[in-house]
Amino acid sequence: MMEIGLNHYLVLSTILFSIGLIGVMKRKNLLLLFFATEIMLNSVNIAFAAISHYYGDLTGQMFAFFVIAIAASEVAVGLGLLILWHKRHNNIDLDKMSTMKG
Amino acid sequence: MEIYLYLALFSPFVGSMFAALFGASPKTMIAGIVPSLLLFVSFVSSTILLQHILAGGEVVHVEMMTWMETGNLYIPFGFVVDQISVTMMMVVTLVSTIVHVYAIGYMDHDKAFNRFFAWLSAFVFSMMILVMSDNFAGLFIGWEGVGLCSWALIGFWYHKESATWAANEAFIMNRIADLGMLIGIFLVYWNTGTLQYTESFAAMQFLDEETLTWIGIFLFIGAMGKSAQFPLHTWLADAMEGPTPVSALIHAATMVTAGVYLVVRANELYTLIPHVGLFIASLGAFVAIFAATMALVNRDIKRVIAYSTLSQLGYMFAAAGLGAYWVALFHLMAHAFFKALLFLGGGNVMHAMSNELDPFKMGALGKTMKGTMIMMTLASVALAGIFPLAGFFSKDLILEVAFIDAHYIIYSVLLLTAGLTAFYSFRIIALIFHGEDRHTALGFHPHEAYKFMLVAMSPLLILAIIAGFMFKMPYFEMVTQLLPATEYHIHSATTYWTMTIGTQLFVILAIFFAYKKYMAPGIKVPDGTSAMENSFKYKLLINQYYIPYFYEEYLVKPYRELSTVFWKQVDMKVVDATVDGIANILLSTGENTRTMQSGNLSTMLKWMVAGLVVLLSLAVVFGLAVKYLDEIKTCLSSLGV
Repeated sequence: MMEIGLNHYLVLSTILFSIGLIGVMKRKNLLLLFFATEIMLNSVNIAFAAISHYYGDLTGQMFAFFVIAIAASEVAVGLGLLILWHKRHNNIDLDKMSTMKG
Repeated sequence: MEIYLYLALFSPFVGSMFAALFGASPKTMIAGIVPSLLLFVSFVSSTILLQHILAGGEVVHVEMMTWMETGNLYIPFGFVVDQISVTMMMVVTLVSTIVHVYAIGYMDHDKAFNRFFAWLSAFVFSMMILVMSDNFAGLFIGWEGVGLCSWALIGFWYHKESATWAANEAFIMNRIADLGMLIGIFLVYWNTGTLQYTESFAAMQFLDEETLTWIGIFLFIGAMGKSAQFPLHTWLADAMEGPTPVSALIHAATMVTAGVYLVVRANELYTLIPHVGLFIASLGAFVAIFAATMALVNRDIKRVIAYSTLSQLGYMFAAAGLGAYWVALFHLMAHAFFKALLFLGGGNVMHAMSNELDPFKMGALGKTMKGTMIMMTLASVALAGIFPLAGFFSKDLILEVAFIDAHYIIYSVLLLTAGLTAFYSFRIIALIFHGEDRHTALGFHPHEAYKFMLVAMSPLLILAIIAGFMFKMPYFEMVTQLLPATEYHIHSATTYWTMTIGTQLFVILAIFFAYKKYMAPGIKVPDGTSAMENSFKYKLLINQYYIPYFYEEYLVKPYRELSTVFWKQVDMKVVDATVDGIANILLSTGENTRTMQSGNLSTMLKWMVAGLVVLLSLAVVFGLAVKYLDEIKTCLSSLGV
């Protein structure tokens, strides 16, 4: 039986981050964009927690909590804006949001 | 005494600044009166200083403040009133005061009256700095200030193409000479370690002759530019484009005398290098006759007077070059009085004739302009050097100097020039004031100048008459405390009297000849048909020996072509191309990357990720580079980099 070590966690974190990144780049639905962002944030949390455990230093885990808190508030604000947008335009398609076109 | 020094120096400056306050507004009488009054204050202060020096008082020397102090270099704003500078101050302030008062009348109808006085006083201030400074650096400031003010005043009527051209010519010619001057000053500093007159001249006694020769030559090049000596003389005649009071100031007080002053001031240097002195004297004699011949035929009264200045400057340099510095300074002083008078009189004539300057179109002006006629005639007598007017004493002395020093060629050239001077001076006098009335037919209605202008001119008249016999001895005793006190006496009384009377007779004959020739009835305005006008001599002289033509063809035109080449090939194709190239790169980068800003959130996110990747990889690369710095260094050094 293979021991599960730090590297495994870091690989998992990298994989999750990449998935999230690809999601951010590919998805056209704003809601799914949020999901992708959450995946990226949590992949970082995994890395924080794993490294913190590895060094026996709680700072990393504390940081992970902060990230969770900030992610939650971000989602709250983001979702609020999303609902507002949906009410006005009746869609949440990224390609339609081009009022900032230079 | 220091307070008088400061008063004399800074009054013209205050006057200039005061007039400048009104620079942009239309004619304000006060802008002319205040500078004139302040200049009078300066004149009175100079007189008090002169009294002080004459009474055997100490030389007034002040250090106003430190200007530069770095390492071994120490240049203060120091001013000195000694026997030489007080003479110059008297000449400058006296002539300038009179010219200022005169200009109030002369510029009466000019729109830029106020601006004129601002520059005129600044001109005087620059000259005061030049003559009062106790070091070469201060002299140079004044020197450049005079150049700048002359540029602004010669080109005062800047809407006239010819005036701006003349102003630029004067400025550029002087700039060329100033380069020589600057090199001279640098050489002085390198070799003596100081720029103070007293210390550097003391140190020069121990320098080798070659160094001294170079210093002497370069300083003299500067003097040549300011004093318009050949081959830098063309600007002086063209400077006649400026208003007449400016011409009077340039010729009598504030500009051309600077070169003579420099040579006189540097007398200790030039005494050590007599061969340079001989060159200066020869050049002076050459310029004297060279300018006099050009004056013979010129048909512009102001230009004739300008050439006569050039010729008289030649006399001064001849005297200075032969070591008779006090004689040169004496002639400078005497010349200032009658030359300013001549110019101001010429200004009256010019006003009367609605700016017509051709004396052939005048004739019989003496009837309407008696005052001007008397003044100009007496000034010309003084210029010709007839006993007992000022010119006799100073000019005869120069002739004697040349004779005693056994430079017979210089002597005969100067003697011949004296005759020519008398002839051309009275040629214009006869043409302007006597003979037949030629102007009425041409539609001119001359009138005499304002009375106060004539009154303002009268001190000059008195001085032109008495300056010779009244001032010669006191001046000699004062100034020789500083300058070599060589008295020039011809040993044999017979030779002396033969020479003096001979010269006088020669000059008087020249005057009579001029009167006879140009008062004769039947003089017409030359129209280029007479045999005389088509002779080679006349053409040579009227075209100023083709020197301006030569400069234009062989210096100005090639230079312009060279400039065009540089402009088109170097400036446009290299310098401009580089600058424009950088701008174009930035512009095209912007144009090409503008499409990135599609406004589509998804695209932007993709770009953001791309940027992140680039930055991360850069961070990794640099991180690695720092980590393996030592290895990279050894690797590179083994490659021989």
